Amino acid sequence: MKSISRALSLAALAAGLAFAATAPAGAAEGEVALKHAEWSFEGVFGVYDRDALRRGYKVYKEVCAVCHSMEYVKFRNLAEPGGPEFSEGQVKALAAEITVTDGPDSSGEMFERPGEPKDAFPSPYPNPEASAAALGAAAPDLSLMAKARPGGTNYIYSLLTGYVDAPEDFHLATGSYNLYFPGHQIAMPPPLSDGQVDYEDGTPNTVDQMAKDVAHFMMWAAEPKLEQRHRMGFQVLIYLLALTGILYFTMRKVWAGAH
Amino acid sequence: MSHQSTYTPGNGFSRWLDARLPVMRLVNDSFVDYPTPRNLNYWWTFGGILTFCLAVQIVTGIVLAMHYVPTTELAFASVEHIMRDVNYGWLIRYVHSNGASMFFIAVYIHMFRGLYYGSYKAPREVLWILGVLIYLLMMATAFFGYVLPWGQMSFWGATVITNLFGAIPFVGEALRTWLWGGFSVGDPTLNRFFSLHYLFPFLIAGVVILHVWALHVSGQGNPAGIEVKDPAKDTIPFTPYATIKDAFGLALFAILFAYFVFYNPNGLGEPDNYIVANPLSTPAHIVPEWYLLPFYAILRAVPDKLGGVVLMFGAIAILFVLPWLDTSKVRSARFRPLFKQFFWIFVAVCIGLGYCGGQSPDKILLAVGDGGFDVTDLSRILTVYYFAHFIILFPVLGLIEKPKPLPESIAASVLPGTRQDKATS
Repeated sequence: MKSISRALSLAALAAGLAFAATAPAGAAEGEVALKHAEWSFEGVFGVYDRDALRRGYKVYKEVCAVCHSMEYVKFRNLAEPGGPEFSEGQVKALAAEITVTDGPDSSGEMFERPGEPKDAFPSPYPNPEASAAALGAAAPDLSLMAKARPGGTNYIYSLLTGYVDAPEDFHLATGSYNLYFPGHQIAMPPPLSDGQVDYEDGTPNTVDQMAKDVAHFMMWAAEPKLEQRHRMGFQVLIYLLALTGILYFTMRKVWAGAH
Repeated sequence: MSHQSTYTPGNGFSRWLDARLPVMRLVNDSFVDYPTPRNLNYWWTFGGILTFCLAVQIVTGIVLAMHYVPTTELAFASVEHIMRDVNYGWLIRYVHSNGASMFFIAVYIHMFRGLYYGSYKAPREVLWILGVLIYLLMMATAFFGYVLPWGQMSFWGATVITNLFGAIPFVGEALRTWLWGGFSVGDPTLNRFFSLHYLFPFLIAGVVILHVWALHVSGQGNPAGIEVKDPAKDTIPFTPYATIKDAFGLALFAILFAYFVFYNPNGLGEPDNYIVANPLSTPAHIVPEWYLLPFYAILRAVPDKLGGVVLMFGAIAILFVLPWLDTSKVRSARFRPLFKQFFWIFVAVCIGLGYCGGQSPDKILLAVGDGGFDVTDLSRILTVYYFAHFIILFPVLGLIEKPKPLPESIAASVLPGTRQDKATS
């Protein structure tokens, strides 16, 4: 009986934990199952694919950034370890392409200057209202998109490749039909088409590939410290496993005399 | 179990200090020489684990507060600043946010352990009540904390919960406005929640001291549920025995903790909270954090708002009177064959309520004709059972159940050759 009740209690604990871990999934019910891609950043040793990040940045810059902001990412982040790891010179050149309003200067005037690595990615619209007025619906900021939707990068990848003709019985009031968007009616027109962004590394620039690359880039934008986290996590787990082992045998020795 | 102090100051300074402030004596008597029942199992390591959780939350929280800005304009951005620009800010924040979940996992195990082994029964009623008070404070603290990142769930969760107070007759509206500091959840609300989120952990720490004090007066319960008869045979000193066992349990717990922090840091959270709060856009499903889901299910199970609020708080309030609802003199479920079965049913009911709280209320679980059996129906059945467990089963089981014979002593229940209770339980 004792072993049964112990097994039951462990099962209850496991069920509780499993339930806790899956509870948020309830929010995604009623939606089409997402497409799943292989992501190099998954798993204990997961790291970003530098080439995918650089291609993804190009897609973001040339396509997404036309309408979307990415306000929490700064140019200097592009050179930091664990990211696309552009050179300092490349980052300076990328930043200098934009113009930033700074100030006030000593005479109290605002002035314009070329962008610097410390500057955030430029926002195409000054505020969500301006974005909504120009586009029909405010284009959401993309800094955290990979963490802000159930399914994360799989959702972004699915969405970008999920534009199909609306079924005949579906009344599309405005916008486009997307298999994976909640409610299917999405204000964003299909953003990608084959061959749209020139890839310098010879990777085929299909919609599927560009969608994967930009989703990869958005994951980095949302979790720039992921590689550091995975590395440290492995060290911490090794340490804890060793500590647990030592404590276990110490405990056995201490308790040997008591029972 | 109060016992004679065995502390002997070893040198001049400690003799001098002992005559003025016997703090070393207190530590020695409470955590070194303190007599511990020799039959404690691993479920008894969660007290130490919870102390660790509280310390982790306070330390990481203080550091986070150095970088966090409690205004609606900057709260979300300041959290991202912590995640991106503060040295190891991502680590501190993920430890803190997952630490809350770990704290609740540990407290639920600790509480269910108390329910299983009858830890709330005389003479430990006050100990139990202080524990329930800590749990209540923990829920309030976690709720305040969840609002601070000012994401969509922060804002809408705060709106839903504060609106509950509006259901109170006569004073509800005024009370709600007073809580908000305005006419909706806004800047004043965020500011006071931050202030209270910083205050409450220290209240918890205070009640924890009382909880440990009460524990050391009545002595620890134990899996056999019988009192210490002969301290020399039935107990062993806290250090090294309980210390090393607690350390081992804590290390195992830390592995689970580390898994979430490093490899699944957002697995227990809601993606919606990575969208900045927007009072004009209501999320499709407003759900609290997983550890509050059972109470959310009870709230939604009642068609009447005030009724729902009363039952939700009643579900916690009933825990305070638990010691007087249980009529059985036998503490441990090991010797209560009927109670033991109902205990596991109760665990399943609580998990079921948690499931219901996370689902859309009109989700059909069992289609019958046009409608069917939906989540609300299940929530109602489980809610009724939750209360019946305490109000009906607790008094009745003690009267009708025939408990198994108790072991003669704690020592007899664990020492080799006298393991008769294990063979039959």
